Amino acid sequence: MNLKIALFGIAREIVGQPVLEVSAPEGQSAQGLLHDLHARYPELARLTSLAVAVNNEYAADDTLLQERDEIALIPPVSGG
Amino acid sequence: MIHIDLTDQPIDVPAALRSVEADGAGAINTFIGTVRNKSTGRPVVRLEYEAYDSMALHQLRKVAEQAAEQWPMVEKITVIHRKGILYIGDVAVVVAVSTPHRAESFAACQYIIDTLKQVVTIWKKEFYEDGDVWVAAHP
Repeated sequence: MNLKIALFGIAREIVGQPVLEVSAPEGQSAQGLLHDLHARYPELARLTSLAVAVNNEYAADDTLLQERDEIALIPPVSGG
Repeated sequence: MIHIDLTDQPIDVPAALRSVEADGAGAINTFIGTVRNKSTGRPVVRLEYEAYDSMALHQLRKVAEQAAEQWPMVEKITVIHRKGILYIGDVAVVVAVSTPHRAESFAACQYIIDTLKQVVTIWKKEFYEDGDVWVAAHP
């Protein structure tokens, strides 16, 4: 399946684009996606934290991703 | 009762305070976050806030709802966060809470700003004379 991942802040700068399309096996988990992205973009692994959000909620490691989900990578937030 | 906003326009602070006025409120507590001229000893020239809008609004509302649940006497809550380019002294965020008595409005206001800084999908980039840094990105 194809996943579309929205990127923000330093994650967008590391990857070099605001949206990343990746092909992933059915039943890919949030943790599995992070694992793949760390391998592709080692600089992502150097961040203080990196979370996956699915449909505007933080996803647990074992959350399974679906093609229709709105997926985003969340580097350390710094609002306020 | 809960008013949330994310805006690229200057925040109207008096309007934000008026928005939490309530007949049952004997206390209005406000937190105003402003842009300061220094960060970890380096002079800051300006900064830029980037937001994942839909999630930021959703999470802001959740944080405000959690506060209203934890302090059920809360009358009204307003949270407004700025995005885009800001300069020294600009208002980045306003949290205003009204309650019958002061202790709860202090507590709820602090809970909201502290939790906002942990979960809401807004990112701050600081610009110095000689470079820029995404805040909190690296250990």
